[in-house]
Amino acid sequence: MVPLNYYLILSGILFVIGVTGVLVRRNAIIIFMSIELMLNAVNLTFIAFSRYLNSIDGQIFVIMVMAVAAAEVVVGLALIIAVFRIKETVNVDEINILKW
Amino acid sequence: MDYSIPTINLSVIGPEIIILLTAVSVLIIGLFPNYRRWSISIVFIGIIFAFYDIYYLWNLNQVGFDGMVLADNFALLFDIIFLIGTLLTLLLSGNFINQYIRGTGEYLSLILFATLGMMLMASTNDLIVIFLGLETLSISLYILAAFRRSREDSLEAGLKYFLLGAFTTGFLLYGIALIYGSTGTTNIYSILNFLKDGSVEIGILFYIGMILIIVGFGFKAAFVPFHMWVPDVYEGSATPVTAFMSAGVKAASFAVFLRLFITGFSPIISQITGILAVLAILTMTVGNVIAIVQTNIKRMLAYSSIAHAGYILVALTALSRNIESEFSAASIMYYILVYTFMNIGAFGVVIYMEKSEEEVLKISDYAGLGFKKPFAAICMTLFMFSLAGIPPTAGFMGKLYIFSSAVESELYGLAVIGVLNAVIAVYYYLRVVIFMYMKEAVLDFSYLSARPVMALSLSISVGGIIYLGIFPQSLINLLTNIL
Amino acid sequence: MEFILFYIFGFIAVVSALLIILQKNPIYSAVFLILTLFSVAILFLLLNAQFVAAVQVLVYAGAIMTLFLFAIMLLNIKYEEKAFSKLANLKITGIFVTFVLFIEFMYMIFLRKGLGIAGNISPEKVAEVGNVELIGKILFTKYLFPFEVASLVLLVAMVGVIVLAKKKF
Repeated sequence: MVPLNYYLILSGILFVIGVTGVLVRRNAIIIFMSIELMLNAVNLTFIAFSRYLNSIDGQIFVIMVMAVAAAEVVVGLALIIAVFRIKETVNVDEINILKW
Repeated sequence: MDYSIPTINLSVIGPEIIILLTAVSVLIIGLFPNYRRWSISIVFIGIIFAFYDIYYLWNLNQVGFDGMVLADNFALLFDIIFLIGTLLTLLLSGNFINQYIRGTGEYLSLILFATLGMMLMASTNDLIVIFLGLETLSISLYILAAFRRSREDSLEAGLKYFLLGAFTTGFLLYGIALIYGSTGTTNIYSILNFLKDGSVEIGILFYIGMILIIVGFGFKAAFVPFHMWVPDVYEGSATPVTAFMSAGVKAASFAVFLRLFITGFSPIISQITGILAVLAILTMTVGNVIAIVQTNIKRMLAYSSIAHAGYILVALTALSRNIESEFSAASIMYYILVYTFMNIGAFGVVIYMEKSEEEVLKISDYAGLGFKKPFAAICMTLFMFSLAGIPPTAGFMGKLYIFSSAVESELYGLAVIGVLNAVIAVYYYLRVVIFMYMKEAVLDFSYLSARPVMALSLSISVGGIIYLGIFPQSLINLLTNIL
Repeated sequence: MEFILFYIFGFIAVVSALLIILQKNPIYSAVFLILTLFSVAILFLLLNAQFVAAVQVLVYAGAIMTLFLFAIMLLNIKYEEKAFSKLANLKITGIFVTFVLFIEFMYMIFLRKGLGIAGNISPEKVAEVGNVELIGKILFTKYLFPFEVASLVLLVAMVGVIVLAKKKF
């Protein structure tokens, strides 16, 4: 059986790649995809723990995370499209009339 | 595998069900143009019923859904705070509703959904429901921030809030995953039992999970260094939404902190006192110092709300040092209630000053208000005094309780820094008062007409801060016995 | 066998995750995200979570990513020259934060102590009863309330999107 640490390291790497994407990229859609990647890394952590703890609660949590992620994606893409209709850009550096 | 449906005790979630039904019926009524004007009345009736149900549930300490939902006095108290915030916000939103919404129910129902999310966060015993409640709250607020979607600044506020909020949700979830991995459960009482049991050594997974959870909720409650979104989102959102956000989200996050610290993490929470103290000092100082240089009143109130999160964090630090201290917990709850009154009140005056199209948001625009519109100016003065912590307002008593709880836990340095910060803060709050009474008017205030509903909301807030400021003792006694 | 599958799909997941954030064109990023999600779904299968693996493919790789692709096509973004942050110091901060986070996670994983209290759902039991049945039972008993609240989250999202998308107020 593959040791738990392997899965934790893999999900840690995926999570960190997602964080990098959020911090480095400027295209709102790609930032958003990186966030989805982070959530998926968390799901992998949950499932790995759930397997090695012989408990099923982690899988329920993952299902809830997926439901929430679906809701967030819908709202997020609607926001991005609404911004694009006015500003003609999805680059977060150019969306800056309020100073950061 | 035998199994049985858990005993479904619907009365435990009575207030939540009432708010949900109200939100849904407002949505449905919005479909019928002839009846739309009743929607606001339905909301108020719903909130009154919810208050009545809370009164009914008080002291019953009911538990439902296999221990997943609690209706203890702690949860009910926070329900009351959230509902007061919602009520005051809705009383202030009249102008916004007329201008942008024209009777359809989305604004009202989204506010109610956000309130529902907060109530779920306060009244549950499981991290999974806390997470879902937080998302209900956040998704409603992303939309509410972007509600004036023909305006660039509003959409920008919504997008920023959304991207940063979703980003921190990732950290929060990772934290919950680590807690789950290191304890085998997401139930707060089971976590407590696990920590008390001590048969398994508490490893680093648990600590990092705990810190990631603090980061996740610290973002919502606007702790420095997770505060970057606050001024932009507060400035870009419609002012009633800002008022709602500033009071409600903070209260909900601190409700979760209290629940986690007092039950779930209590055996080991004293080990992170140092981290909390650093966060508290940063949050107070950064908030207050940057607030001094602001010229826009919404941004100033945004930084001031960061500073107030810092004050509450001082009491939370004191609580983590001395987890048995009921006084620290009571001072947090007292301050949150007072903060709800004074902050929504201050934003209420800002809303009153706004013109229909352009916004009157510079602090210098308030010059001369004291002579032209005495009632609004007196209210604003009292709110500023309360935010600054000048007696006899409740803000003074709140700060007094918070700093004495820090002293009680022997955190003298933290208490001194807190008091120094409160002194700095007096400067920028009093500046508004000085502009109102000692400068010549630059604006012609003739566009301001009397607004009885708004005046009612302001009067409730003023009454709240004066009453709680002069007679705090009965409330403090109640709060000390709540846990 | 399990090791080989883990290495193959773990490798695919990491490489395509890197390509998501390195691609300039959002369409390519979306395609690589689908690939990552798919390989993670296979890892779920290795971890005895068949139902979640299926949901991952159906909901994530299927529905959510289709939505992403729709949005990208609707926006018709020409991929910009400055895909990365033009603020050099933000980029450096980003990489620094990432690095610290990475070190912290690895530190945490290698120094971790034992796990929490184990449950009673052993792999043999999963094989005997079936993953879907176990999830269904626990979802409608112990986790009935969160299940209902999840529907509330979806309702809020629905109302919100209508607010953002309808023609006029």
